[in-house]
Amino acid sequence: MSSADLAHGRDLAPQRAAAQKGDLAPERDGPRDTGLDDASLERWLARTWQTVPGIIGALSSVDHKIVARRYLITAFVFLCLGGLSAVAMRIQLSGPERGLIGPDRYNQLFTMHGVTMMFLFAVPIVQATGIYLVPLMVGTRNIAFPRLNAFSFWIYLSGGLFAWVSFALDMAPDVGWFSYVPLSGPEFGPGKRSDVWAQMITYTEVSSLAVAVATIVTVLKQRAPGMSLDKIPLYVWAMLVTSFVIVFAMPAVMITSTFLILDRLVGTHIFNPAEGGDVLLFQHLFWFFGHPEVYIIFLPATGMVSSIIAAFARRPVFGYLGMVLSLISVGFLSFGLWVHHMFATGLPKLGASFFTASSMLIAIPNGLQIFCWLATLWDGRPIIRTPLLFVFGFFFTFVAGGLTGVMLASVPLDLQVHDTYFVTAHFHYVLIGGSVFPLLGATYFWFPKITGRMMSERLGRWHFWLAFIGFNAAFFPMHIVGLWGMPRRVYTYPVELGWGNINLFITAGAVVLFLSFVLFTINLVYSASRGAPAGDNPWNAGTLEWATSSPPPSYNFARIPVVTHSEPLWAERDTLPVATGLRVDVRELVISTVAEAYPDVREKSATPSIWPLFAALAVGATFLYSIFSPWAVVWGAGPIAITLIGWFWPKGDPEDEE
Amino acid sequence: MKQRPAADLSKLPTFGIGPRSPTWWGTLAFMALEGTGFALAAGAYLYLAYLSPEWPLGVPPPNHWPGTIVTLLLLASVVPNHILNRYAEACAMVPVRIGLIVMTLLGIAPLVVRWFEFPALNIYWDTNAYGSMLWVLLGLHTTHLITDVGDTLVLTVLMFTRHGYSGRRFGDVGDNVFYWDFVVATWIPIYLLIYWMPRLD
Repeated sequence: MSSADLAHGRDLAPQRAAAQKGDLAPERDGPRDTGLDDASLERWLARTWQTVPGIIGALSSVDHKIVARRYLITAFVFLCLGGLSAVAMRIQLSGPERGLIGPDRYNQLFTMHGVTMMFLFAVPIVQATGIYLVPLMVGTRNIAFPRLNAFSFWIYLSGGLFAWVSFALDMAPDVGWFSYVPLSGPEFGPGKRSDVWAQMITYTEVSSLAVAVATIVTVLKQRAPGMSLDKIPLYVWAMLVTSFVIVFAMPAVMITSTFLILDRLVGTHIFNPAEGGDVLLFQHLFWFFGHPEVYIIFLPATGMVSSIIAAFARRPVFGYLGMVLSLISVGFLSFGLWVHHMFATGLPKLGASFFTASSMLIAIPNGLQIFCWLATLWDGRPIIRTPLLFVFGFFFTFVAGGLTGVMLASVPLDLQVHDTYFVTAHFHYVLIGGSVFPLLGATYFWFPKITGRMMSERLGRWHFWLAFIGFNAAFFPMHIVGLWGMPRRVYTYPVELGWGNINLFITAGAVVLFLSFVLFTINLVYSASRGAPAGDNPWNAGTLEWATSSPPPSYNFARIPVVTHSEPLWAERDTLPVATGLRVDVRELVISTVAEAYPDVREKSATPSIWPLFAALAVGATFLYSIFSPWAVVWGAGPIAITLIGWFWPKGDPEDEE
Repeated sequence: MKQRPAADLSKLPTFGIGPRSPTWWGTLAFMALEGTGFALAAGAYLYLAYLSPEWPLGVPPPNHWPGTIVTLLLLASVVPNHILNRYAEACAMVPVRIGLIVMTLLGIAPLVVRWFEFPALNIYWDTNAYGSMLWVLLGLHTTHLITDVGDTLVLTVLMFTRHGYSGRRFGDVGDNVFYWDFVVATWIPIYLLIYWMPRLD
């Protein structure tokens, strides 16, 4: 479809005359953008889409960029907390029989490190990046269900605070990030520590499910006219697939944590073998979520890599269709692997073989993506800047982690190294290599869009090399010490085992990695205020987020772009084709058809509201109370219902009424 | 970047119903994730039943009559539900108001019978894992039932105010119809699992 077709209205969906019939208030019309000069258009839109100044205004904001920025900063703070807990553990392990941290505190530390990195950092930060970028990349003015999106942030924030305040009160979970029963069950897990784990899960999963739904609907229904399925940027495809994986995986962990808290709080026996329950059921349910979780973190990172490589290789990513199909097949296959986390539980051999095969199978679409990226770089004219350096770091590290993954997929080897540092090394290679390096690259890449300023390239290169060397120095020797038999989750080890020197080396690597993040933080803070001005499109990239100013205005685009190519800004280098005819006095955006993205409806987007915050407070208080009493659900229902009614009840804005 | 007008959207309608509306897709996504929750809870029930030497565990099977009455009520409610949908599509205010009142009542009726379902299970949640799973499955569905009845009630009140005369509101009625179908559809497998599976030999 060319922009000319749209202009002639040939491809417009047939308009059903819904507005003309029935008991509807007469449609109130307002000023449209057609024919408005740029200055008045921007004045109108700025007034319509602004987040009102002041504290109430800030707490009511539904602007996806503001919510995303809050998410990004909060997730960064949790990254620091998770990182510091890792540093504390490494100092404790730097020599045999050190007494810095006792076993109880150590148990809390590794559990908090795990839950923070997985639930409070990794998943929220990839989703937050999506909240910021997806609406811009698909050329719309706000995310779908903006109030739900704002609600999700408040829930996430309260879940994170809840977990870390518990840690400060010495009641943090201490049974590992997957909190296996029976250790976490009523018999062996006294106190409130496991309940904190269970409800922290509930908070963060509610939040991430809400974002997933908003992302899916934004991608399916709010794409700019002409952005048919084959023109969606690969990053947006990655976020779409990720969101679907979240929708089908996260309920599993919510079910798990709910079952656990029921067993602990009201005396059900779901995981109690003495009364017909089963402990392995917990592991099945947990890993049915837990394995897709890895891909929830990894798939968005592949999208970031695709964006960065296309921009710096100066050509679209090679094999678009293959890339999209790989993303989708990884999404599906990620649900067929969970049992490989349970090889040591004595499952039937046939089942184990099946999961070995599927674990090796997923290497194929992942490998295909890697080869497509290499082909893109091979064929392009790569310009090596910090974002691309991190992509190279990703290739090396993720491939190494993937190879140990293929090793671990085989049952005999897995049984040998189960619960050793070999596994710790493997999953840090996969998670840091597969997700954190692309995220760091993405930070350098999109920071100019978010702040309007470039990050320092020089500090960036120092950051990369320190991170890359520090990471490998810290984690590569863990493979070796794991093969020597050092178990995970021990707070110390005796001198006679001879693991002292290698652990000291690991700690030194960890310190270098930590310093690289200090440098990164300095770069972030310095560049946000003093960086060189970026302009709209500092990298001459091709996707729509670069078509608007940096940082983008509240309404994202003065006029909605019309898309003719998968890299719209490369296809239309001089002038951008745009759509006209939207109202400027209310928050109006374009709803398009799912496959072809024909413009279909002029829909109103929700106005700012304080109610999502109130709803989050009611929900959060209910969760908090529920670790003490099952009656929380009863007493919480009233306030939750009231806040939800406040949220949805129309207030007379045109956005509500028309 | 310079711009040139390439498409005129001024004639587009201001609301769409069903799959044309983002809310419909959002509802579908929530159904998908809640449906996953139902499926996993059912899976956990079957997993424990498979491992257990006997099922039901130590007690007679539940009395199915309250559950059967709920099933019949829910199935019967589908007909007025879809009649309501047709009126919502036509944006016809009076029949929509009547339909919403009917659907509120048809939501409360199974809830009342549901009250008698719990004792009819013949076991408490803390007796053994079999009892726990029955209460979990029934509780999970009851939560959905209560939520949707609450939602229908608020929407009914809303449609009696001036805010009702809006295409978006009629779209909301359509989405409420859609969600009620989901509440009915998820009940059928749970009904079979709770009442009839323990009767299988």
